[in-house]
Order: sequence, then C-alpha cells, then structure tokens
Amino acid sequence: MANALAQHKPIDEALPRKTRMRLGRLLIYGPLCVMAALYLMPLWVMVVTSLKPLDEIYGGSFIGLPQTVTLEAWRAAWSEACIGTECTGLKPYFTNSLLMVIPAVVLSTGIGAINGYILTKWRFPGANFVFGLLLFGCFLPYQAILIPMARTLGLLGLAGSIPGLVFVHVAYGICFTTLFFRNFFVSLPDELTKAAMVDGAGFFRIFWSVILPTSIPIIVVSCIWQFTQIWNDFLFGVSFTSGGNSPMTVALNNIVNVTTGRKQYNVDMAAAMIAAIPTLLVYIIAGRYFVRGLTAGAVKG
Amino acid sequence: MSTLEIDRVRKTYGSLEVLKEVSISIGTGDFLVLLGPSGCGKSTLLNMIAGLENISGGEVRIAGKVVNELSPKDRDIAMVFQSYALYPTMTVRRNIEFGMKIRGVPAAQRDKAVRAAADLLQITHLLDRKPSQLSGGQRQRVAMGRAIVRQPKLFLFDEPLSNLDAKLRVDMRTEIKRLHARLGTTIVYVTHDQIEAMTLATRVAVMKGGVVQQLDDPQTVYDRPANVYVAKFVGSPAMNIIPGKVEIEGGSATAVIDMAMRPAVRIPGIQLSSRAASRYAGRKVLFGIRPEMFSVGNGQAQGAISVDVDVVEPTGPDTLAVFQLGGVEVTARLPPKQVNARASAILAVDRSKVVLFDPDSEELIN
Amino acid sequence: MNAAKSFSSRLAGWLPRIVVAPSLLVVIVTVYLFILWTGVISFTSSKFVPVYDFVGLEQFVRLWATPRWHTAVANLLIFSALFLSLSTGIGLLMAILLDQNIRAEGFLRAVYLYPMALSFIVTGTAWKWIMNPGLGIQKVVNELGWTSFTFDWITDPNMAIYTVVIAGVWQSSGFAMAIFLAGLRGIDNSVIKAAQIEGAGLPLIYRQIIIPMLRPAMLSVIVLLSYIAIKSFDLVLALTNGGPGSATELPSTFMFSATFRRNQMGVGAASAIMMLMTVAAIIVPYLYSELRERNNG
Repeated sequence: MANALAQHKPIDEALPRKTRMRLGRLLIYGPLCVMAALYLMPLWVMVVTSLKPLDEIYGGSFIGLPQTVTLEAWRAAWSEACIGTECTGLKPYFTNSLLMVIPAVVLSTGIGAINGYILTKWRFPGANFVFGLLLFGCFLPYQAILIPMARTLGLLGLAGSIPGLVFVHVAYGICFTTLFFRNFFVSLPDELTKAAMVDGAGFFRIFWSVILPTSIPIIVVSCIWQFTQIWNDFLFGVSFTSGGNSPMTVALNNIVNVTTGRKQYNVDMAAAMIAAIPTLLVYIIAGRYFVRGLTAGAVKG
Repeated sequence: MSTLEIDRVRKTYGSLEVLKEVSISIGTGDFLVLLGPSGCGKSTLLNMIAGLENISGGEVRIAGKVVNELSPKDRDIAMVFQSYALYPTMTVRRNIEFGMKIRGVPAAQRDKAVRAAADLLQITHLLDRKPSQLSGGQRQRVAMGRAIVRQPKLFLFDEPLSNLDAKLRVDMRTEIKRLHARLGTTIVYVTHDQIEAMTLATRVAVMKGGVVQQLDDPQTVYDRPANVYVAKFVGSPAMNIIPGKVEIEGGSATAVIDMAMRPAVRIPGIQLSSRAASRYAGRKVLFGIRPEMFSVGNGQAQGAISVDVDVVEPTGPDTLAVFQLGGVEVTARLPPKQVNARASAILAVDRSKVVLFDPDSEELIN
Repeated sequence: MNAAKSFSSRLAGWLPRIVVAPSLLVVIVTVYLFILWTGVISFTSSKFVPVYDFVGLEQFVRLWATPRWHTAVANLLIFSALFLSLSTGIGLLMAILLDQNIRAEGFLRAVYLYPMALSFIVTGTAWKWIMNPGLGIQKVVNELGWTSFTFDWITDPNMAIYTVVIAGVWQSSGFAMAIFLAGLRGIDNSVIKAAQIEGAGLPLIYRQIIIPMLRPAMLSVIVLLSYIAIKSFDLVLALTNGGPGSATELPSTFMFSATFRRNQMGVGAASAIMMLMTVAAIIVPYLYSELRERNNG
C-alpha cells in the first residue's frame, strides 16, 4: 500500500510540485529521525557510561563521550562486583542463565512443534478446546501461580535450583511455542500429510521427513522468542531461586540496588550491558524472526 | 484386475449425513469421474476410497477385497491432489521416490522407477529441482510421477487441474487421457468441471447432496440426463428446460409450448415410448432442449418456431441467441451471423433428441 | 491377523492424543490447578506457609482495607491509561510514517523495536540512571545554561509513577508500531486507489479509511499492551523498587512483597486473584473472538 500512496501526487497546489514534495518528505523523515534518536539514547548512555571512569561520571555529563575510555567497569561487573555478600561479579550468574536457557528453549520448542503438528494435522474431537486451554496460558499473570509453584518445586526437591527454573519455563513456554507452531502448520495444506499417508508414512515419519523440514523459519522464531523471554525473565528467577543459583537478571538487579558506598554507575551500566548483549545480539542477527514471534499473538494465521 | 466397488457407502459427521448409501461399481481400466458442485460429497467419497476418511457404513472393495479397515498405504492406491502436495523441502527425485523409500525398495530399483516415470512425463531435466522452482504444469507432472511409480491398482485424482490456468488445463487434460490410454490403470477422478468429465471419463457419476444422480457413460449423461439437475449441470450453456404440454395426435407426440404474445408453439414428432405417451397425454411436462438442437429454419418446415431474439452472443465458431420460450429464457447455439438481436427469427428443433421430464419429480420420462 | 491389525490401527488413531497428553497435563496442573490452589489459599489465613483453614472473604476484606493496595490499584489505572494511549498513539504514528516508502525503513524499524529485546531490568537500570536528578537529564540541561530546570520525578512521590510510564512507553511503543505496520501492509491497495479516484486527500484517506481498517490491529495492540501493563513487575522493581515509599507500587509488586517479604500469603493470594480476574476479563473475550474468526475463515 506504500506504493499506492507514493503514486498519489497532489495536483492542485500553489507551491511548485517539487518543493512541496520535499517539504512532505521532510515532515516524514523529521519525526522518524527524532524518534530514532530518542530510542537510541538510553543505549548510547549505557555504553558511554560503562566506558567512563567513575570520577568522570560524577564530574561530567552523562550523555557525552568519555574522555578516557576504560574497560575497568566491564571487568568489575564481570568478575568483581558484589551481589549480596558475594563479590564474584556476573560471571557465575551468566553461566546460570545459560544453563537455564538452553535446555528450556530446546525442550519447549520441541514439545511445541509436536503439539502444533498434532493440533493441526491430527485433529481429534476437542482439539480446539485443548488449544484454547494452552492459549490462555500465554496470557496468564504469573502472580496467580507463584505460591503453588513455589510449594510444588519444594515438594519435587527442585526449589531454588536451575532444573526447577527450567521446568517452570518449559511448562509456561509450551503455551507460546504451541501457538507458534500451530499457526504455522495451519497454513501448510492438509494434502501434504494425506500424500505422505498414501505414500505409507506414519505419524512420526510424516513429522520428521515432511513437516519438520518445512518449519525451519518457525523453529527459529520459537527459539528466539523463548530465548529472549527466558533470558529476560526476572519474576521466576527472583521467586524461585536464591543466592548463587540466580539467573543474570536477578544478579543485575542486586548489583544495581546495592546502596552502600559511592554508587558505581559505570559498573551498573556495564552489568546492564552484559545482561543485554545476548538478546541484543540475537535481535541484531535475526530481528526479522524476533518480530514474527512478537506479532504472533496478534496477527492471525 | 483392478475393479472398484462402492457398496452402499455412507458418511456421517454426527447427525449430518454427507453421503447417503452411494453405490458405484467400475471395471478394470475404467476412468470414473465423480462430478458435482462443491459440497456434494465427491471429495469425501474419494478420501474414503483412499482411506483418508473413515467409512461410516457400507463397503469399499478394491480388486474384490474389502478395504474399509486398511490404512491408505495398504490399499494399493496412488493419489494426485489439487494442490499437488509436493513435499516442499525435497527435490523432485526425492518426492517421487519417498513412498518407495518407506516401503524399503532398493536404491537401484528406485532409481529405475524414477527414471521411467520421469521419462514418461518428460520431467527428467527437473529431477534435481525443488518444487518451488517449478511451474504449475511441471508440479502437476511431478505429482503424477509420484503416483505412477507406485504402480497402483487404482489412481485417485482430486481436482488435479483446478489450480492451472485455462490453457494449461486443456493440455494437461490431454496428457492425463494419454496416460490412461498408455497405462490402462483404473482411475477415479473428482472434478466440478463438466468438460473434464465429458472428455476424460468412461463412466461419469453426477453427484448432488451426497447422492449419485446418474451413473452412465458421458454421452448418455449428456443426451439423456436422468433428471433436470443433471441436465442443467452437464453442458455449457446448460440444457434449456421449458415447461409445456404433451398432446398425442395420431400416435405421435406433439410438444405444445405457450408463448406470451403469440399463438402457442407446436412441435410435432417428439420421441416418446407408448407407455409414457399414454401416461402423459394431455399433461404438463418439462421439455429438455440442448442449445445445439436448434437450427435456423424456414417458415414452411413442420415444427418451425418463430421467436423474438433478445440478445446474441458470438463465441467465434457459433453464435448464442437468447429468447423467450414458454415463459423461460432459452439459449440456442446457431451458426454465426444468422440471426440479429431484437429481431424475430425462424428456428427449427431437432425433434428426435428432445427429452421430457416429469414436472413434479423432475425425473427423465423414458 | 485381522484383530492385530485393528489393534495397531486403533493405537495409531490414539497416538496423537497420547503424544499431546503430557503437555496438556502439565498445563492443566501448572496453569489451571495452580490458579485454583491460589484461589483456595486466598480463602485461608495463610501467612508464611499455606494453612488450609477456611476464613471466607477475610483476606479480600483485608486487602481492600490496605492503603498500599489502594495506591497500587490507583497507580495501575494511571499507568495503564497513559501507557496504553501513548504507546498506541506513538506506535500508530511511527507505523504510518514508516509506511511512506521510506529509505532505511528496515534500519529505523529495528531501532524502534530493539527495546523489546531487552529485559525490563536492563531498561529500568538505564532509565534510573538517565532520570537521576543529580547526574542525569536534569544535570545536563542545567549545565547547558537552563539552571532552573528540574526533572526529579523519580524521587518525587507524586510524579514517580510517570517515570515508569516513560520507560514503559519507550520499551513497548515499538511493539505497537510493529503490529500496526503489519496491519497497514495487509490493507488492499485498490481500496486506497478507489478513494484517490474519488478525490480524497491523504489525511482524509488515513482518517476515514485506513485507520478504521486497522481496527483488528488496534484491538490486538490494546489487549496485549493491557496485559503487559497489568503484569509489569520487573520494570517497577528495577526503576523505583516501588518507591519512593510506596509511590509506584503496582498490584504485581504488591502481590510479590506481600507474599515473599511481608509474610501475608493470604493477602498476596487474594491480590493475585484480583489480577487474574482483571486479565481474564480482557483476554478471554479477545481469545474467544480470535479463535472464532479463525474457525470461520
């Protein structure tokens, strides 16, 4: 539709056509660029602050370029900063997050794929109801299950552990991944499955040989979405883990909320950057897929 | 031997009856076309023959063997789908040999079969491409190749040409006919296109509302449709159905059709069995007259009718003339430039081919 | 032979249900049973650990008698109203501007959306620093010469909730933009061409034709943003930690601190149930209509 609008040129103007068009373009690009600057500003501030020595922060402007560039704050955030009473830096928590996020992403994506396959290609009576049950799980305010989940993890002996967090993220992640895969598989013609059945393939064979190879894009969407969600999660992390088992986000929040002594803003910003880099990288590399995951809950099909 | 018998087959979804006791039986080498509008149950019936849908009642027998409980792979069938259903991530070659791989056919034999099928369909040069790199017609050929390598007892086609453009559709139709002549396999073919049915079939089953309206060879379906529905569905433009009256004069039947502003039209010499003649003498009936049964006549000929032509539509080889007859709009297929719009014309009717329908049951009167 | 075949084919018929059953079971337990469990706890006098003595609506009465909860609800109303209208407005504007055959559209779109990839904790940390009166925006503007300029909302109990709005809008308006842009791209060209032939100018076309056609996208944006607003937790915790005092308390933070910090599990459960009912009132009709449309289409 952009083309249709671009083709439309007003004819009745007093100003010369070219000037008017240039003015129009300015009115479009102007706000877009201002907005872009506003959106980039916090990232810019985080980066420059993390590269400044502390004295420059207290003396200079928070938005300007550093006069002396130092990676000291990054080093401190990574291996020295105090989280509670432990001064280990973010390193062990980064590992925690990786240990949590990788199995949780793989499991939830795999289960979502097979669920989506069943709910579209092997529909059984009540399949739609099952889908509705799962779908509501996407919109669950997690406060409503915090207390029972904490009790259950305790009963299972998973309280405060990384496997416990993996379980929580898989349980609620299934809802999203099933939604992704179901909406993707709905657009694959049913005749594909029928043709494979006539060819003699069974339930699992059709999944492996016919369906899964066509679903690379949605696998990427699902993995990216789950990775971002789980990596960025704070509520489950802070509710179900403590001390050395916490994920990144919890550790970051602890560093930032330390109130003793002179506030180390450069270390805070470096720590925030370290927490942000994995998801930012994924976004930069595969932004297109990220957007698809984002809009999956809204745009039909 | 590869006969197909569909014996009082029913399909219900809950209380909804989609197929009502359908019985069709065809012999080895027959080309059966299931013809009907969408929702008539023809695709459901095909899926039931394939084993892709459960059979609610009755029996399907392929080569004399009941297949109701068999899964598709055990029915010795192959199927070509409307969307072709090519596996998008596999090359043409892997698409064609996928079924053989599952059945554990050795590689050398697979390769031979793929080559033979590709040769037959002239797609050898496409074997290493992906479906997305093929045109519609090429995809269609690959889908047929996938079916051919199975060497099944029964080929099933589900509207295979409806995704092609008009020109290609005609070409592929010829191709399918040639293939049938070459392989001699029994075929069941679903379509809503009556021309495909006429050109391809040895047997046509016209379906409506889950019931077979008529099962015959195509020419019979065309010449002597079993009821008004079939008469209107087969043929384009459709058969004209004109209300009128039968009068028996000296042992021969005459059609009497009322006209609005003129005296009633009388067409003597209508073919009618003596039993039907005695039953319908003096009664109202529906006359079925195909557009090409009209010809340009002269005023003296017996049974010539005078009409006011409303519209003419030249199609190239013929001209279609539209006029009122017996209170309904009637189309005649005439040679070009013989009649003019908004002028009167004298037409003759090929009386030997006129068919009669009962006005209440709309069934053919024999 | 025949019996064996029918057994294996019956098994094959049940296979899909068998495979989907474990995930269904997990979801039924962790979503629906747990909701029920929380509901049960909200009717008990649980404090530090759950006890199962039925005390009726006592916890709900106590909840609604807590001033802190009133603050939380009022804050949620302010926050949701501003967050929704600003994010929707900015998102729609950006989507319309981006839809004008823009050079570098991909880059700009990426810039508007990247905050969605960040953790709310990171966002909160960054904005806390930017809005810090001693070192952030206020200081920069003061040093530029406007010495009377103050921007100390983050430490002002009356204004602190608006800092949460700013950070929230910054993070989520790109999301609204993405959905609106997808909606705009889905509009049929010929409708616009027809309007142009009728002599309609661009502003009129947008006001009268395009924006009304974005209704489904608008509905999605509003529903999903409301959901984000109600469950906002991390952002507040990182930005203001609910303070100063309890000035930026939201139901989500209230529930968390009541349950895990103040040993009022019953009140916490009651507040969680209030949140759930609010979300369900918005989401369930939305999901119902979405699913029904899908089935029809």
